[in-house]
Amino acid sequence: MTADLMLIWPELILTIGGLVTLMLGAFMGDRQVGIYQLSALLTLAAAAVAVVALFGVEATVFSGTLSVDAFGGFAKLLIYAASFVCILIAPRFFSGGMRAEYPTLILFAALGMGIMASSRDLMTLYVGLELNSLAAYVLASFMRTDERSSEAGLKYFVLGALASGMLLYGISLLYGFTGTTDFAGIAAAMGDEPGIGLIFGIVFVLSGLGFKISAVPFHMWTPDVYEGAPTPVTTFFASAPKVAAMALMTRIVVDAIGPAIGAWQQIVIFLALASIILGAVGAIGQKNIKRLLAYSSINNVGFMLIGLAAGTQQGVEGVLTYLLVYLVTTLGAFLVVLQLRDEHGNQVESIPALAGLSQRRPGLAAALSVFLFSLAGIPPLFGFWPKYLVFEAAVNAGLVPLAVAGIVASVIGAFYYIAIIKTMYFDDKSEVEVTGGGNAVEGTIVAASALWLSAVGYLFIPMLAVASAHAAAVLF
Amino acid sequence: MISVGHYLAVSAVLFTLGVLGIFINRKNIIVILMAIELILLAVNINLVAFSAALGDLVGQVFSMFVLTVAAGEAAIGLAILVIYFRGRGTIAVDDANRMKG
Repeated sequence: MTADLMLIWPELILTIGGLVTLMLGAFMGDRQVGIYQLSALLTLAAAAVAVVALFGVEATVFSGTLSVDAFGGFAKLLIYAASFVCILIAPRFFSGGMRAEYPTLILFAALGMGIMASSRDLMTLYVGLELNSLAAYVLASFMRTDERSSEAGLKYFVLGALASGMLLYGISLLYGFTGTTDFAGIAAAMGDEPGIGLIFGIVFVLSGLGFKISAVPFHMWTPDVYEGAPTPVTTFFASAPKVAAMALMTRIVVDAIGPAIGAWQQIVIFLALASIILGAVGAIGQKNIKRLLAYSSINNVGFMLIGLAAGTQQGVEGVLTYLLVYLVTTLGAFLVVLQLRDEHGNQVESIPALAGLSQRRPGLAAALSVFLFSLAGIPPLFGFWPKYLVFEAAVNAGLVPLAVAGIVASVIGAFYYIAIIKTMYFDDKSEVEVTGGGNAVEGTIVAASALWLSAVGYLFIPMLAVASAHAAAVLF
Repeated sequence: MISVGHYLAVSAVLFTLGVLGIFINRKNIIVILMAIELILLAVNINLVAFSAALGDLVGQVFSMFVLTVAAGEAAIGLAILVIYFRGRGTIAVDDANRMKG
Protein backbone atom coordinates (compact mmCIF):
# COMPACT_ATOMS: atom_id res chain seq x y z
CA MET A 1 0.00 0.00 0.00
CA THR A 2 2.73 2.46 0.95
CA ALA A 3 4.63 1.44 -2.15
CA ASP A 4 1.51 2.20 -4.17
CA LEU A 5 1.18 5.64 -2.61
CA MET A 6 4.80 6.45 -3.51
CA LEU A 7 3.91 5.96 -7.17
CA ILE A 8 0.95 8.34 -7.28
CA TRP A 9 2.77 11.44 -6.02
CA PRO A 10 1.36 13.71 -8.78
CA GLU A 11 -2.22 12.83 -7.75
CA LEU A 12 -1.46 13.20 -4.04
CA ILE A 13 0.16 16.60 -4.57
CA LEU A 14 -2.83 17.82 -6.58
CA THR A 15 -5.31 16.59 -3.96
CA ILE A 16 -3.46 18.23 -1.08
CA GLY A 17 -2.74 21.39 -3.07
CA GLY A 18 -6.39 21.67 -4.09
CA LEU A 19 -7.57 21.37 -0.50
CA VAL A 20 -4.95 23.88 0.70
CA THR A 21 -6.03 26.37 -1.99
CA LEU A 22 -9.66 25.93 -0.98
CA MET A 23 -8.78 26.58 2.69
CA LEU A 24 -6.71 29.62 1.75
CA GLY A 25 -9.71 30.99 -0.11
CA ALA A 26 -12.01 30.25 2.80
CA PHE A 27 -9.81 31.86 5.47
CA MET A 28 -8.12 34.72 3.65
CA GLY A 29 -11.14 35.99 1.76
CA ASP A 30 -11.51 36.45 -1.95
CA ARG A 31 -9.35 39.56 -2.15
CA GLN A 32 -6.04 37.77 -1.74
CA VAL A 33 -5.97 36.71 -5.40
CA GLY A 34 -2.19 36.51 -5.52
CA ILE A 35 -1.91 34.06 -2.65
CA TYR A 36 -4.29 31.37 -3.78
CA GLN A 37 -3.22 31.78 -7.37
CA LEU A 38 0.39 31.20 -6.30
CA SER A 39 -0.62 28.18 -4.22
CA ALA A 40 -2.40 26.63 -7.23
CA LEU A 41 0.49 27.35 -9.61
CA LEU A 42 3.04 25.87 -7.17
CA THR A 43 0.86 22.77 -6.78
CA LEU A 44 0.74 22.23 -10.54
CA ALA A 45 4.49 22.78 -10.86
CA ALA A 46 5.18 20.33 -8.03
CA ALA A 47 2.87 17.74 -9.61
CA ALA A 48 4.71 18.15 -12.94
CA VAL A 49 8.05 17.66 -11.16
CA ALA A 50 6.65 14.50 -9.56
CA VAL A 51 5.62 13.21 -12.99
CA VAL A 52 9.14 13.83 -14.29
CA ALA A 53 10.64 12.18 -11.21
CA LEU A 54 8.59 9.04 -11.92
CA PHE A 55 10.07 8.92 -15.43
CA GLY A 56 11.02 5.38 -16.40
CA VAL A 57 8.80 3.72 -13.80
CA GLU A 58 6.34 1.22 -15.21
CA ALA A 59 4.01 -0.24 -12.64
CA THR A 60 0.37 -0.82 -11.86
CA VAL A 61 -0.92 0.28 -8.49
CA PHE A 62 -4.01 -0.35 -6.33
CA SER A 63 -4.77 -3.88 -7.53
CA GLY A 64 -4.11 -3.01 -11.16
CA THR A 65 -6.63 -0.15 -11.38
CA LEU A 66 -4.11 2.61 -12.15
CA SER A 67 -1.07 2.43 -14.34
CA VAL A 68 2.06 4.52 -13.82
CA ASP A 69 3.77 4.70 -17.20
CA ALA A 70 5.26 7.00 -19.83
CA PHE A 71 1.98 7.31 -21.75
CA GLY A 72 0.14 8.66 -18.72
CA GLY A 73 3.15 10.81 -17.85
CA PHE A 74 3.21 12.43 -21.29
CA ALA A 75 -0.52 13.22 -21.11
CA LYS A 76 -0.26 14.50 -17.53
CA LEU A 77 2.55 16.92 -18.36
CA LEU A 78 0.41 18.41 -21.16
CA ILE A 79 -2.64 18.60 -18.87
CA TYR A 80 -0.73 20.29 -16.04
CA ALA A 81 0.90 22.77 -18.43
CA ALA A 82 -2.48 23.77 -19.89
CA SER A 83 -4.03 24.10 -16.41
CA PHE A 84 -1.03 26.23 -15.35
CA VAL A 85 -1.60 28.67 -18.20
CA CYS A 86 -5.35 28.81 -17.54
CA ILE A 87 -4.78 29.80 -13.90
CA LEU A 88 -2.08 32.30 -14.88
CA ILE A 89 -4.31 34.25 -17.27
CA ALA A 90 -7.48 34.30 -15.15
CA PRO A 91 -7.07 37.19 -12.65
CA ARG A 92 -6.88 39.85 -15.33
CA PHE A 93 -10.01 38.56 -17.06
CA PHE A 94 -12.10 38.38 -13.90
CA SER A 95 -10.55 41.74 -12.84
CA GLY A 96 -10.84 41.37 -9.09
CA GLY A 97 -13.86 39.10 -9.32
CA MET A 98 -11.81 35.91 -9.32
CA ARG A 99 -12.74 33.75 -6.39
CA ALA A 100 -10.63 31.00 -4.86
CA GLU A 101 -12.99 28.41 -6.35
CA TYR A 102 -11.53 28.98 -9.81
CA PRO A 103 -7.99 27.69 -9.17
CA THR A 104 -9.36 25.01 -6.82
CA LEU A 105 -11.76 23.65 -9.43
CA ILE A 106 -9.02 23.67 -12.07
CA LEU A 107 -6.75 21.71 -9.73
CA PHE A 108 -9.45 19.09 -9.08
CA ALA A 109 -10.27 18.91 -12.77
CA ALA A 110 -6.56 18.37 -13.48
CA LEU A 111 -6.51 15.62 -10.85
CA GLY A 112 -9.47 13.90 -12.52
CA MET A 113 -7.85 14.21 -15.93
CA GLY A 114 -4.61 12.71 -14.63
CA ILE A 115 -6.58 9.72 -13.34
CA MET A 116 -8.33 9.41 -16.72
CA ALA A 117 -5.02 9.38 -18.56
CA SER A 118 -3.52 6.65 -16.37
CA SER A 119 -6.54 4.47 -15.63
CA ARG A 120 -6.46 0.83 -16.68
CA ASP A 121 -9.73 -0.22 -15.14
CA LEU A 122 -13.29 0.83 -15.99
CA MET A 123 -13.90 1.91 -12.40
CA THR A 124 -10.98 4.35 -12.15
CA LEU A 125 -11.85 5.58 -15.63
CA TYR A 126 -15.35 6.50 -14.50
CA VAL A 127 -14.28 8.15 -11.25
CA GLY A 128 -11.57 10.21 -12.98
CA LEU A 129 -13.90 11.28 -15.75
CA GLU A 130 -16.60 12.38 -13.33
CA LEU A 131 -14.14 14.26 -11.12
CA ASN A 132 -13.13 16.22 -14.21
CA SER A 133 -16.70 16.68 -15.49
CA LEU A 134 -18.23 17.85 -12.21
CA ALA A 135 -15.52 20.51 -11.84
CA ALA A 136 -16.02 21.50 -15.49
CA TYR A 137 -19.80 22.02 -15.14
CA VAL A 138 -19.22 24.48 -12.32
CA LEU A 139 -16.42 26.25 -14.20
CA ALA A 140 -18.63 26.74 -17.27
CA SER A 141 -21.23 28.60 -15.20
CA PHE A 142 -18.61 30.44 -13.17
CA MET A 143 -19.88 33.95 -14.02
CA ARG A 144 -23.04 33.45 -12.00
CA THR A 145 -24.72 36.70 -13.00
CA ASP A 146 -24.02 36.36 -16.73
CA GLU A 147 -26.95 34.75 -18.57
CA ARG A 148 -24.79 33.23 -21.26
CA SER A 149 -22.46 31.65 -18.72
CA SER A 150 -25.26 30.01 -16.73
CA GLU A 151 -26.87 28.79 -19.93
CA ALA A 152 -23.53 27.33 -21.04
CA GLY A 153 -23.20 25.57 -17.70
CA LEU A 154 -26.70 24.16 -17.96
CA LYS A 155 -26.23 22.86 -21.51
CA TYR A 156 -22.85 21.39 -20.65
CA PHE A 157 -24.31 19.71 -17.58
CA VAL A 158 -27.28 18.12 -19.35
CA LEU A 159 -25.32 16.82 -22.33
CA GLY A 160 -22.31 15.85 -20.21
CA ALA A 161 -24.53 13.85 -17.87
CA LEU A 162 -26.16 12.15 -20.85
CA ALA A 163 -22.68 11.29 -22.16
CA SER A 164 -21.66 9.85 -18.78
CA GLY A 165 -24.85 7.81 -18.77
CA MET A 166 -24.14 6.35 -22.20
CA LEU A 167 -20.54 5.64 -21.25
CA LEU A 168 -21.70 3.91 -18.08
CA TYR A 169 -24.27 1.82 -19.91
CA GLY A 170 -21.52 0.69 -22.28
CA ILE A 171 -19.24 -0.03 -19.32
CA SER A 172 -21.94 -2.17 -17.67
CA LEU A 173 -22.29 -4.20 -20.88
CA LEU A 174 -18.52 -4.63 -21.24
CA TYR A 175 -18.34 -5.75 -17.63
CA GLY A 176 -21.26 -8.14 -17.94
CA PHE A 177 -20.10 -9.86 -21.11
CA THR A 178 -16.42 -10.15 -20.17
CA GLY A 179 -16.78 -10.60 -16.41
CA THR A 180 -14.08 -8.08 -15.52
CA THR A 181 -13.47 -4.32 -15.41
CA ASP A 182 -9.74 -4.61 -16.03
CA PHE A 183 -8.62 -3.37 -19.49
CA ALA A 184 -6.24 -6.28 -20.06
CA GLY A 185 -8.87 -8.76 -18.82
CA ILE A 186 -11.48 -7.31 -21.19
CA ALA A 187 -9.07 -7.60 -24.12
CA ALA A 188 -8.30 -11.22 -23.19
CA ALA A 189 -11.99 -12.13 -22.89
CA MET A 190 -13.06 -10.30 -26.03
CA GLY A 191 -11.27 -12.08 -28.87
CA ASP A 192 -11.54 -11.17 -32.54
CA GLU A 193 -15.26 -11.82 -32.92
CA PRO A 194 -17.13 -10.06 -30.10
CA GLY A 195 -20.77 -11.02 -29.55
CA ILE A 196 -23.69 -8.63 -29.99
CA GLY A 197 -23.66 -7.60 -26.32
CA LEU A 198 -20.02 -6.58 -26.51
CA ILE A 199 -20.58 -4.71 -29.78
CA PHE A 200 -23.31 -2.68 -28.05
CA GLY A 201 -20.91 -2.06 -25.16
CA ILE A 202 -18.19 -0.82 -27.52
CA VAL A 203 -20.61 1.48 -29.35
CA PHE A 204 -21.92 3.03 -26.13
CA VAL A 205 -18.44 3.50 -24.62
CA LEU A 206 -17.10 5.15 -27.77
CA SER A 207 -20.20 7.39 -28.00
CA GLY A 208 -19.74 8.52 -24.42
CA LEU A 209 -16.08 9.30 -25.03
CA GLY A 210 -17.03 10.97 -28.33
CA PHE A 211 -19.04 13.50 -26.30
CA LYS A 212 -16.03 14.27 -24.13
CA ILE A 213 -13.70 14.92 -27.09
CA SER A 214 -16.61 16.63 -28.93
CA ALA A 215 -16.45 14.45 -32.01
CA VAL A 216 -19.33 14.68 -34.50
CA PRO A 217 -22.20 13.56 -34.09
CA PHE A 218 -21.76 14.24 -30.36
CA HIS A 219 -20.50 17.80 -30.76
CA MET A 220 -23.66 19.90 -30.40
CA TRP A 221 -22.76 21.24 -26.95
CA THR A 222 -19.33 22.51 -28.01
CA PRO A 223 -20.09 25.84 -29.79
CA ASP A 224 -22.63 26.96 -27.17
CA VAL A 225 -20.44 26.07 -24.20
CA TYR A 226 -17.32 27.61 -25.73
CA GLU A 227 -19.19 30.82 -26.50
CA GLY A 228 -21.00 31.14 -23.18
CA ALA A 229 -18.27 30.13 -20.74
CA PRO A 230 -15.84 32.83 -19.50
CA THR A 231 -12.86 32.99 -21.89
CA PRO A 232 -10.23 31.55 -19.49
CA VAL A 233 -12.58 28.61 -18.86
CA THR A 234 -13.10 28.16 -22.61
CA THR A 235 -9.31 28.13 -22.97
CA PHE A 236 -9.23 25.37 -20.38
CA PHE A 237 -12.01 23.34 -22.06
CA ALA A 238 -10.33 23.59 -25.44
CA SER A 239 -6.97 22.38 -24.15
CA ALA A 240 -6.58 20.07 -21.14
CA PRO A 241 -9.78 17.93 -21.27
CA LYS A 242 -9.14 17.22 -24.95
CA VAL A 243 -5.74 15.72 -24.03
CA ALA A 244 -7.20 13.66 -21.19
CA ALA A 245 -10.19 12.32 -23.13
CA MET A 246 -8.07 11.58 -26.20
CA ALA A 247 -5.48 9.73 -24.08
CA LEU A 248 -8.27 7.79 -22.38
CA MET A 249 -9.87 6.91 -25.71
CA THR A 250 -6.50 5.75 -27.07
CA ARG A 251 -5.92 3.58 -24.04
CA ILE A 252 -9.38 1.98 -24.25
CA VAL A 253 -9.23 1.43 -27.98
CA VAL A 254 -5.75 -0.09 -27.91
CA ASP A 255 -5.68 -1.82 -24.51
CA ALA A 256 -9.26 -2.84 -23.72
CA ILE A 257 -11.09 -3.38 -27.01
CA GLY A 258 -7.99 -3.67 -29.20
CA PRO A 259 -8.64 -7.25 -30.36
CA ALA A 260 -12.05 -6.31 -31.79
CA ILE A 261 -10.42 -4.03 -34.38
CA GLY A 262 -13.15 -4.77 -36.95
CA ALA A 263 -15.77 -3.32 -34.61
CA TRP A 264 -14.09 -0.17 -33.28
CA GLN A 265 -12.16 0.85 -36.38
CA GLN A 266 -15.33 1.57 -38.37
CA ILE A 267 -16.71 3.69 -35.54
CA VAL A 268 -13.50 5.69 -35.14
CA ILE A 269 -13.22 6.24 -38.90
CA PHE A 270 -16.81 7.50 -39.00
CA LEU A 271 -16.21 9.86 -36.04
CA ALA A 272 -13.00 11.13 -37.68
CA LEU A 273 -14.51 11.89 -41.09
CA ALA A 274 -17.72 13.38 -39.69
CA SER A 275 -15.74 15.64 -37.31
CA ILE A 276 -13.35 16.89 -39.99
CA ILE A 277 -16.11 17.67 -42.48
CA LEU A 278 -18.68 19.13 -40.09
CA GLY A 279 -16.00 21.02 -38.17
CA ALA A 280 -14.90 22.69 -41.40
CA VAL A 281 -18.37 23.36 -42.86
CA GLY A 282 -19.94 24.47 -39.57
CA ALA A 283 -17.26 27.11 -39.03
CA ILE A 284 -18.15 28.93 -42.24
CA GLY A 285 -20.36 31.91 -41.50
CA GLN A 286 -19.66 32.06 -37.76
CA LYS A 287 -19.48 35.61 -36.46
CA ASN A 288 -18.14 34.87 -32.98
CA ILE A 289 -14.48 33.98 -32.68
CA LYS A 290 -15.01 31.66 -29.71
CA ARG A 291 -17.68 29.72 -31.64
CA LEU A 292 -15.32 29.56 -34.59
CA LEU A 293 -12.51 28.16 -32.45
CA ALA A 294 -15.01 25.60 -31.10
CA TYR A 295 -15.63 24.33 -34.64
CA SER A 296 -11.89 24.41 -35.24
CA SER A 297 -11.38 22.16 -32.21
CA ILE A 298 -14.02 19.73 -33.55
CA ASN A 299 -12.15 19.72 -36.86
CA ASN A 300 -8.78 19.07 -35.20
CA VAL A 301 -10.18 16.23 -33.07
CA GLY A 302 -11.16 14.57 -36.35
CA PHE A 303 -7.53 14.62 -37.50
CA MET A 304 -6.38 13.11 -34.20
CA LEU A 305 -8.95 10.33 -34.65
CA ILE A 306 -7.39 9.52 -38.06
CA GLY A 307 -4.19 8.64 -36.21
CA LEU A 308 -6.16 6.58 -33.71
CA ALA A 309 -8.07 4.78 -36.49
CA ALA A 310 -4.77 3.41 -37.77
CA GLY A 311 -4.53 1.50 -34.49
CA THR A 312 -0.75 1.16 -34.79
CA GLN A 313 2.06 2.44 -32.61
CA GLN A 314 2.90 4.95 -35.33
CA GLY A 315 -0.69 6.19 -35.23
CA VAL A 316 -0.60 6.68 -31.46
CA GLU A 317 2.70 8.56 -31.75
CA GLY A 318 0.98 10.83 -34.27
CA VAL A 319 -1.93 11.40 -31.89
CA LEU A 320 0.42 12.35 -29.02
CA THR A 321 2.44 14.75 -31.18
CA TYR A 322 -0.81 16.21 -32.50
CA LEU A 323 -2.06 16.78 -28.95
CA LEU A 324 1.08 18.69 -28.00
CA VAL A 325 1.05 20.96 -31.05
CA TYR A 326 -2.73 21.46 -30.83
CA LEU A 327 -2.38 22.43 -27.18
CA VAL A 328 0.22 25.13 -27.94
CA THR A 329 -1.79 26.49 -30.87
CA THR A 330 -5.11 26.58 -29.12
CA LEU A 331 -3.70 28.16 -25.95
CA GLY A 332 -2.05 30.83 -28.08
CA ALA A 333 -5.22 31.52 -30.08
CA PHE A 334 -7.38 31.87 -26.98
CA LEU A 335 -4.80 34.09 -25.31
CA VAL A 336 -5.04 36.43 -28.29
CA VAL A 337 -8.86 36.41 -28.00
CA LEU A 338 -8.45 37.22 -24.32
CA GLN A 339 -6.51 40.38 -25.19
CA LEU A 340 -9.10 41.78 -27.59
CA ARG A 341 -10.97 44.52 -25.76
CA ASP A 342 -12.77 47.67 -26.88
CA GLU A 343 -12.09 51.14 -25.48
CA HIS A 344 -14.39 50.47 -22.49
CA GLY A 345 -12.43 47.37 -21.55
CA ASN A 346 -15.18 44.96 -22.65
CA GLN A 347 -14.26 41.73 -24.37
CA VAL A 348 -14.50 41.78 -28.17
CA GLU A 349 -15.63 38.45 -29.60
CA SER A 350 -17.16 39.30 -32.96
CA ILE A 351 -15.08 38.59 -36.04
CA PRO A 352 -16.14 41.69 -38.09
CA ALA A 353 -14.76 43.84 -35.23
CA LEU A 354 -11.32 42.42 -35.98
CA ALA A 355 -11.19 44.40 -39.25
CA GLY A 356 -8.10 46.59 -39.26
CA LEU A 357 -6.50 44.77 -36.35
CA SER A 358 -3.30 44.58 -38.39
CA GLN A 359 -2.92 48.37 -38.10
CA ARG A 360 -4.11 48.81 -34.53
CA ARG A 361 -2.28 45.86 -32.98
CA PRO A 362 0.14 44.48 -35.62
CA GLY A 363 1.83 42.05 -33.23
CA LEU A 364 -1.45 40.53 -32.10
CA ALA A 365 -2.73 40.22 -35.67
CA ALA A 366 0.49 38.51 -36.77
CA ALA A 367 0.35 36.06 -33.85
CA LEU A 368 -3.31 35.22 -34.53
CA SER A 369 -2.46 34.63 -38.20
CA VAL A 370 0.29 32.21 -37.19
CA PHE A 371 -2.10 30.29 -34.91
CA LEU A 372 -4.88 30.14 -37.50
CA PHE A 373 -2.56 29.04 -40.33
CA SER A 374 -1.09 26.47 -37.98
CA LEU A 375 -4.55 25.14 -37.06
CA ALA A 376 -5.26 24.85 -40.78
CA GLY A 377 -2.01 22.90 -41.21
CA ILE A 378 -0.42 25.09 -43.86
CA PRO A 379 3.11 23.73 -44.42
CA PRO A 380 5.71 26.26 -43.32
CA LEU A 381 4.08 26.34 -39.89
CA PHE A 382 4.49 23.60 -37.35
CA GLY A 383 0.77 22.68 -37.34
CA PHE A 384 1.48 20.85 -40.58
CA TRP A 385 3.81 18.31 -38.99
CA PRO A 386 1.34 16.36 -36.76
CA LYS A 387 -1.19 16.28 -39.61
CA TYR A 388 1.51 14.75 -41.79
CA LEU A 389 2.27 12.16 -39.07
CA VAL A 390 -1.35 11.01 -38.69
CA PHE A 391 -1.86 10.81 -42.46
CA GLU A 392 1.35 8.81 -42.81
CA ALA A 393 0.19 6.41 -40.08
CA ALA A 394 -3.20 6.01 -41.77
CA VAL A 395 -1.59 5.29 -45.16
CA ASN A 396 0.80 2.76 -43.61
CA ALA A 397 -2.16 1.04 -41.95
CA GLY A 398 -3.84 0.68 -45.35
CA LEU A 399 -6.44 3.40 -44.77
CA VAL A 400 -5.61 5.34 -47.96
CA PRO A 401 -9.21 6.49 -48.69
CA LEU A 402 -9.49 7.90 -45.15
CA ALA A 403 -6.25 9.86 -45.55
CA VAL A 404 -7.35 11.23 -48.95
CA ALA A 405 -10.74 12.28 -47.57
CA GLY A 406 -9.02 13.96 -44.63
CA ILE A 407 -6.67 15.92 -46.88
CA VAL A 408 -9.53 17.09 -49.12
CA ALA A 409 -11.58 18.19 -46.11
CA SER A 410 -8.65 20.08 -44.62
CA VAL A 411 -8.73 22.29 -47.73
CA ILE A 412 -12.32 23.29 -46.89
CA GLY A 413 -11.12 24.07 -43.39
CA ALA A 414 -8.42 26.44 -44.67
CA PHE A 415 -11.14 28.64 -46.17
CA TYR A 416 -12.56 30.06 -42.96
CA TYR A 417 -9.18 30.51 -41.30
CA ILE A 418 -8.05 32.56 -44.28
CA ALA A 419 -11.33 34.52 -44.18
CA ILE A 420 -10.44 35.80 -40.69
CA ILE A 421 -6.94 36.73 -41.78
CA LYS A 422 -8.44 38.64 -44.71
CA THR A 423 -10.70 40.51 -42.27
CA MET A 424 -7.74 41.46 -40.08
CA TYR A 425 -5.44 42.59 -42.87
CA PHE A 426 -7.54 43.80 -45.81
CA ASP A 427 -10.94 44.99 -44.58
CA ASP A 428 -11.65 48.60 -43.69
CA LYS A 429 -11.17 49.45 -40.04
CA SER A 430 -14.14 48.50 -37.92
CA GLU A 431 -15.93 51.04 -35.74
CA VAL A 432 -15.01 49.16 -32.59
CA GLU A 433 -11.63 50.41 -31.48
CA VAL A 434 -9.80 47.29 -30.32
CA THR A 435 -7.32 48.37 -27.69
CA GLY A 436 -6.23 47.15 -24.30
CA GLY A 437 -3.26 44.81 -24.48
CA GLY A 438 -2.41 42.03 -22.12
CA ASN A 439 0.20 42.04 -19.42
CA ALA A 440 3.78 40.91 -19.92
CA VAL A 441 3.05 37.29 -18.99
CA GLU A 442 0.31 36.88 -21.57
CA GLY A 443 2.38 38.66 -24.20
CA THR A 444 5.34 36.37 -23.54
CA ILE A 445 3.23 33.21 -23.79
CA VAL A 446 1.63 34.39 -27.04
CA ALA A 447 4.99 35.38 -28.53
CA ALA A 448 6.72 32.18 -27.42
CA SER A 449 4.00 29.90 -28.77
CA ALA A 450 3.79 31.83 -32.05
CA LEU A 451 7.56 31.58 -32.42
CA TRP A 452 7.55 27.86 -31.62
CA LEU A 453 4.83 27.23 -34.22
CA SER A 454 6.53 29.29 -36.90
CA ALA A 455 9.11 26.77 -38.05
CA VAL A 456 11.22 26.86 -34.84
CA GLY A 457 9.24 23.82 -33.73
CA TYR A 458 10.82 21.75 -36.49
CA LEU A 459 14.06 21.82 -34.50
CA PHE A 460 12.26 19.89 -31.77
CA ILE A 461 11.10 17.06 -34.04
CA PRO A 462 13.80 14.56 -32.95
CA MET A 463 12.98 15.23 -29.28
CA LEU A 464 9.25 14.96 -29.91
CA ALA A 465 9.71 11.75 -31.86
CA VAL A 466 11.66 10.13 -29.01
CA ALA A 467 9.17 11.26 -26.37
CA SER A 468 6.05 10.20 -28.28
CA ALA A 469 7.60 6.87 -29.33
CA HIS A 470 8.55 6.17 -25.73
CA ALA A 471 5.01 6.99 -24.55
CA ALA A 472 3.22 5.10 -27.32
CA ALA A 473 5.39 2.00 -26.87
CA VAL A 474 3.73 1.44 -23.47
CA LEU A 475 0.46 0.46 -25.14
CA PHE A 476 1.92 -2.02 -27.61
CA MET B 1 -37.51 -18.23 -13.45
CA ILE B 2 -36.16 -14.72 -13.93
CA SER B 3 -32.87 -14.72 -15.83
CA VAL B 4 -30.26 -12.00 -16.50
CA GLY B 5 -32.03 -11.36 -19.80
CA HIS B 6 -35.12 -10.09 -18.01
CA TYR B 7 -33.09 -7.64 -15.94
CA LEU B 8 -31.28 -6.46 -19.05
CA ALA B 9 -34.61 -5.88 -20.79
CA VAL B 10 -35.95 -3.79 -17.90
CA SER B 11 -32.75 -1.78 -17.75
CA ALA B 12 -32.74 -1.23 -21.53
CA VAL B 13 -36.32 0.07 -21.34
CA LEU B 14 -35.44 2.42 -18.47
CA PHE B 15 -32.33 3.65 -20.30
CA THR B 16 -34.34 4.35 -23.46
CA LEU B 17 -37.00 6.18 -21.44
CA GLY B 18 -34.27 8.29 -19.85
CA VAL B 19 -32.70 9.23 -23.19
CA LEU B 20 -36.10 9.99 -24.72
CA GLY B 21 -36.92 12.04 -21.63
CA ILE B 22 -33.95 14.29 -22.42
CA PHE B 23 -34.60 14.66 -26.13
CA ILE B 24 -38.40 14.73 -26.41
CA ASN B 25 -39.07 16.78 -23.29
CA ARG B 26 -39.71 20.39 -24.36
CA LYS B 27 -41.11 21.76 -21.12
CA ASN B 28 -39.07 21.64 -18.00
CA ILE B 29 -35.41 21.25 -17.10
CA ILE B 30 -36.25 19.51 -13.81
CA VAL B 31 -37.69 16.67 -15.89
CA ILE B 32 -34.31 16.40 -17.64
CA LEU B 33 -32.61 15.96 -14.26
CA MET B 34 -35.07 13.17 -13.47
CA ALA B 35 -34.34 11.54 -16.84
CA ILE B 36 -30.61 11.60 -16.06
CA GLU B 37 -31.27 9.81 -12.77
CA LEU B 38 -33.32 7.23 -14.67
CA ILE B 39 -30.37 6.53 -16.97
CA LEU B 40 -27.98 6.06 -14.05
CA LEU B 41 -30.42 3.74 -12.26
CA ALA B 42 -30.82 1.66 -15.42
CA VAL B 43 -27.05 1.23 -15.42
CA ASN B 44 -27.15 0.19 -11.77
CA ILE B 45 -29.73 -2.53 -12.49
CA ASN B 46 -27.42 -3.79 -15.24
CA LEU B 47 -24.38 -3.81 -13.00
CA VAL B 48 -26.07 -5.56 -10.10
CA ALA B 49 -27.76 -8.13 -12.34
CA PHE B 50 -24.47 -8.97 -14.03
CA SER B 51 -22.73 -9.06 -10.69
CA ALA B 52 -25.23 -11.59 -9.32
CA ALA B 53 -25.14 -13.69 -12.47
CA LEU B 54 -21.34 -13.76 -12.63
CA GLY B 55 -20.92 -14.33 -8.90
CA ASP B 56 -18.47 -11.41 -8.93
CA LEU B 57 -18.64 -8.53 -6.43
CA VAL B 58 -17.01 -5.90 -8.66
CA GLY B 59 -20.33 -4.96 -10.26
CA GLN B 60 -21.91 -4.16 -6.91
CA VAL B 61 -18.91 -2.10 -5.82
CA PHE B 62 -19.18 -0.24 -9.12
CA SER B 63 -22.86 0.50 -8.54
CA MET B 64 -21.94 2.08 -5.19
CA PHE B 65 -19.57 4.42 -7.05
CA VAL B 66 -22.32 5.23 -9.54
CA LEU B 67 -24.78 6.05 -6.75
CA THR B 68 -22.27 8.36 -5.07
CA VAL B 69 -21.39 10.19 -8.26
CA ALA B 70 -25.08 10.46 -9.19
CA ALA B 71 -25.73 12.26 -5.91
CA GLY B 72 -22.92 14.73 -6.61
CA GLU B 73 -24.14 15.22 -10.14
CA ALA B 74 -27.70 15.96 -9.01
CA ALA B 75 -26.40 18.50 -6.48
CA ILE B 76 -24.36 20.33 -9.12
CA GLY B 77 -27.19 20.16 -11.65
CA LEU B 78 -29.65 21.73 -9.24
CA ALA B 79 -27.13 24.41 -8.23
CA ILE B 80 -26.60 25.39 -11.87
CA LEU B 81 -30.37 25.36 -12.39
CA VAL B 82 -30.81 27.77 -9.47
CA ILE B 83 -28.36 30.36 -10.84
CA TYR B 84 -29.91 29.92 -14.29
CA PHE B 85 -33.38 30.58 -12.90
CA ARG B 86 -32.13 33.58 -10.94
CA GLY B 87 -30.80 35.21 -14.10
CA ARG B 88 -33.60 34.27 -16.46
CA GLY B 89 -36.73 33.75 -14.37
CA THR B 90 -37.74 30.60 -16.27
CA ILE B 91 -36.66 26.98 -16.54
CA ALA B 92 -38.49 26.09 -19.75
CA VAL B 93 -36.27 24.14 -22.15
CA ASP B 94 -37.27 26.23 -25.18
CA ASP B 95 -36.09 29.42 -23.49
CA ALA B 96 -32.47 28.21 -23.26
CA ASN B 97 -31.62 29.93 -26.53
CA ARG B 98 -29.37 32.89 -25.68
CA MET B 99 -26.77 31.42 -28.02
CA LYS B 100 -27.53 30.16 -31.52
CA GLY B 101 -25.53 29.73 -34.68
